[in-house]
Amino acid sequence: MTPPEDIAAKEGLPFAAAPDLGPEAEVRVPTLGRIAYREIVVAAAVIVAALIPLAASSFVTFQLTQVMVYGLAILGLNLLTGFNGQFSLGHSAFYGIGAYTAAIMMSHWSVPYVLTLPAAGIVCFIVGVAFGLPALRLQGLYLALATFALAIAMPQILKFHPLENFTGGVQGIVIDKPDPPFGLPIDADQWLYYVTLIVILLMFTAAATLVRSRSGRAIMAIRDNPTAAAAMGVNTALYKTMTFGVSALYTGVAGALGAIVVQYVAPDSFSFLLSVSFLVGLVIGGVGSIPGCLVGGLFVLYVPNIAESISTGLAGAIYGVILLLVIFVVPTGTAGFARAAFARLTRARHS
Amino acid sequence: MTRLSRRTILAAAPSALVLATPFVARAKNYGPGVTDTEIKIGNTVPYSGPASSYGTIGKAQAAFWKMTNDQGGVNGRKINFISYDDGYTPPKTVEQIRKLVEQDQVLFTCATLGTPTNSAIWQYMNQKKVPHLFVATGATKWDDPKGHPWTMGWQPNYQSEGRIYATYIMKEKPDGKIGVLYQNDDFGKDYLKGLKDGLGDKAAKMIAVEASYETTDPTVDSQVVDMRAKGIDVFVNTAIPKFAAQAIRKAAEIQWKPLHVLASIGNSVAATLKPAGLENAKDLVSDFYLKDPTDVQWKDDAGYKEWVAFMDKYYPEGDKSDAGNVIGPCFGMTAVQVLKQCGDELTRENVMKQAASLKDFTVPMLLPGIKINTGPTDFAPIKQVQMGKFDGTQWRLFGPLIAGAVT
Amino acid sequence: MELLLQQVMAGLANGAIYASMALAVVMIYQAIDHLNFAQGEMAMFSTFIAWQVMQWGQPYWVAFIVAVALSFVGGVLIERVLFRPIHDAPVLSNIVAFIALFSILNSGAGYIWDYTIKSFPSPFGHKPLLGAGLMDTHEAGMIGVTLAMLALLYLFFRGTRLGLAMRAAAANPESARLVGIRVGWMTALGWGMAAAIGAVAGMLIAPVVFLEPNMMLGVLLYGFAGAVLGGMTSPGGAVIGGFAVGVIENLAGTFIPYVGRELKLTIALILIVAVLMVRPSGLFGRRVVSRV
Repeated sequence: MTPPEDIAAKEGLPFAAAPDLGPEAEVRVPTLGRIAYREIVVAAAVIVAALIPLAASSFVTFQLTQVMVYGLAILGLNLLTGFNGQFSLGHSAFYGIGAYTAAIMMSHWSVPYVLTLPAAGIVCFIVGVAFGLPALRLQGLYLALATFALAIAMPQILKFHPLENFTGGVQGIVIDKPDPPFGLPIDADQWLYYVTLIVILLMFTAAATLVRSRSGRAIMAIRDNPTAAAAMGVNTALYKTMTFGVSALYTGVAGALGAIVVQYVAPDSFSFLLSVSFLVGLVIGGVGSIPGCLVGGLFVLYVPNIAESISTGLAGAIYGVILLLVIFVVPTGTAGFARAAFARLTRARHS
Repeated sequence: MTRLSRRTILAAAPSALVLATPFVARAKNYGPGVTDTEIKIGNTVPYSGPASSYGTIGKAQAAFWKMTNDQGGVNGRKINFISYDDGYTPPKTVEQIRKLVEQDQVLFTCATLGTPTNSAIWQYMNQKKVPHLFVATGATKWDDPKGHPWTMGWQPNYQSEGRIYATYIMKEKPDGKIGVLYQNDDFGKDYLKGLKDGLGDKAAKMIAVEASYETTDPTVDSQVVDMRAKGIDVFVNTAIPKFAAQAIRKAAEIQWKPLHVLASIGNSVAATLKPAGLENAKDLVSDFYLKDPTDVQWKDDAGYKEWVAFMDKYYPEGDKSDAGNVIGPCFGMTAVQVLKQCGDELTRENVMKQAASLKDFTVPMLLPGIKINTGPTDFAPIKQVQMGKFDGTQWRLFGPLIAGAVT
Repeated sequence: MELLLQQVMAGLANGAIYASMALAVVMIYQAIDHLNFAQGEMAMFSTFIAWQVMQWGQPYWVAFIVAVALSFVGGVLIERVLFRPIHDAPVLSNIVAFIALFSILNSGAGYIWDYTIKSFPSPFGHKPLLGAGLMDTHEAGMIGVTLAMLALLYLFFRGTRLGLAMRAAAANPESARLVGIRVGWMTALGWGMAAAIGAVAGMLIAPVVFLEPNMMLGVLLYGFAGAVLGGMTSPGGAVIGGFAVGVIENLAGTFIPYVGRELKLTIALILIVAVLMVRPSGLFGRRVVSRV
């Protein structure tokens, strides 16, 4: 068993990278100092994030809003894959369900956009749990195929003609962009940025709290060794299903935000390729790292643009090459890299 | 003296509109993206991802603008054509369009591709009042001057094509049993709707099989086998080239000979009929608005030769059997006409006004006789098509130009 | 009844496509213990190589042999150059590397050979075989070749020292290394073989679906489904799984009224997942018992 005080330090380490931890754990950085350091960094990051829209153009603000939305979706996937060890190729479906929940509520029932976020979360939680139950029997590739099936099925269901009155069929649904309330002197893009930032802060904090809690330890124990976890009295079925639900909830809220930001939903926005993007973002950001998800979001949004600026004809190939290079340089993602660098620094300081 | 000067002015007036001499009473008036030497035009196309086969439309249009610039530009201004990859995903289109409008500050966009992608930016373009011209999709909704006065289509819409097939079928086989193969997608459903609308009351009775396919399906053999088994004798094949070719080949293989109507989206000789086998394609019926560069009937046509010369010089790596390389320059030529009509008043308002004032304009690769016409209440530039029947080597056009516009 | 028979036959014909792909999928899974997302694109690229050789005026069989040989070498090289260095990286990083490879091959093929469809010849021709267009000679040939490849693989893995060494290297690398098997090269060999099988599959599939950069997108999807349905540890199971997917999908599309055609893929996948509920390691897969 890991002593509780090390859990924070161990927070979200990818399974294969776990051995790297050894020396760091031995160094025994004073826990309090470490946490203070972390909080300073987080506080600084939040302040910078809050100031960006005041300086940046509304286009950049819009892009960064999307980065946060993708980061949130990737966090959803990370909770399931990185912390619980369940593989999913189906998160584009949860993202899509969240987006459509928001779009349908806003366009058909004129529900205020803020209320659509929790609604999308609840709907996706239910779908996630419902999907998590059968997934209990499946592992590895077999689970991958089941979730893959979900991703493939989603656009077909959204296009399905008996549902067209709701979903808008292949033409999708156009929604209005919310204006800032109380006559705030900012534009709609800036307002959405702040809304997203607040949601992100709440949900990232909640996720960090979750993984450090008793439940979080159970979730990770299942990932590391399901049999041992069960033997220690962890209700693996309950935790796995719940993790599926929470994971879907996160990605669903991201989907709802994404729909509001883009002002449009269509079945083609939620294809299997979106799941692949999330997976790429997860790995690049760092499997099992919460802040890494935002790095993943940056990668998902910006790297295709970089690839395209190098060559339009070979955009796909260049994207692939960049991806390979990143994997070669930092096989455990940026979070793994940062952690290793940090460990080296602290080791140097304490020796 | 006075007479003379008046005459000079009268003579100068028409050319001033076009050549924009600085002495005209109307001062230069520039919108975003315009200087004395440059006009910025934006575009999005999928260069990557599963729809990347459409990327060539963007490349061909870029090649066209390069040629235009080499020839001196439009009214002395070079065109800066900025084309971005949207991977055919609506959120990416929104991002790229906002980049074009807010960061690059284009005057207007030309031939942004795809129905879901253009739907995603439809509202944005109209709120920002940026001309959203000649969208490269055949959905019906782009012809909406009242609701969306900044968006304009270009090609004949799929629904009107569907209606034209209906008219043809009712004439040729009024008692036919129709089977429709369509892509489970916006354009597939539009073709189907147009066909149904055109058949009117008879639709329910006549259409016996509606078979959809997904682009991920390996083949449509099963759908074709099913139709033959159900006694279909009118086959409306609205598939993209790959699946249209499979269906044509399979039908021949199982010796099924219905009246086979092929939608214009898949009627290229090289891209569809050759892979399917020319002998299998005999007696197919389709509709046209562009010249098919792979059809031998155009080999001595001036417009075709001009296009080949253009391709050889400006886009030599482009595939001359790809219909996308025909339509790409056509979008550009229409935009050139709009800019010419604008003269020196290059504001977004005037671009939109001139785009809605095209009169009997034509481009070399359109079928002979087809004219582009627009007006304040008519945002559907091309409305006419002509039917053709395949004789085993080339399409034989027949009948008059048909206008079947759905508005 | 006639329709049922026809659809079963059309399903088997499609199934042969999936089965050959599923076989390649399982092959590489046996060799490297990962699912190769780029498998379909590798097969597509191999097929384009064969097409290019034929464009240069060589006969079919020369092109065939060149493509298979180059694919084998290419497979070995991909393993040595791209995947050996990240061998110890987490599983997910490997999967992302596959995605990168997918993207490179797909985009590269489009750049080199364009996106218009190309017909690809079949050594078996396209003549009707069982009257009334139930199945043509190419489809029958495809089924035959898939079964023959399966038989050869069986003999190779059971009957030869090399085959045995490869199995040992994949199943238990540490022990294999101790008895003197060069595990790294066995893995590379597995990649080469999988690429070669993929090339054969691609050249069998292209005459049916036409050659173009995206031709394997759907096929790979169904091939995976077939392989998983049959069981990732069983090449025979994968082939049966592939055929089963083809038939299920066709019957669902034809006979389930109203929703069938539009949702046939969804229905087929739901059925497969339902089967996996009952047999979580696939129909013919070994159940892996993990030691504590």
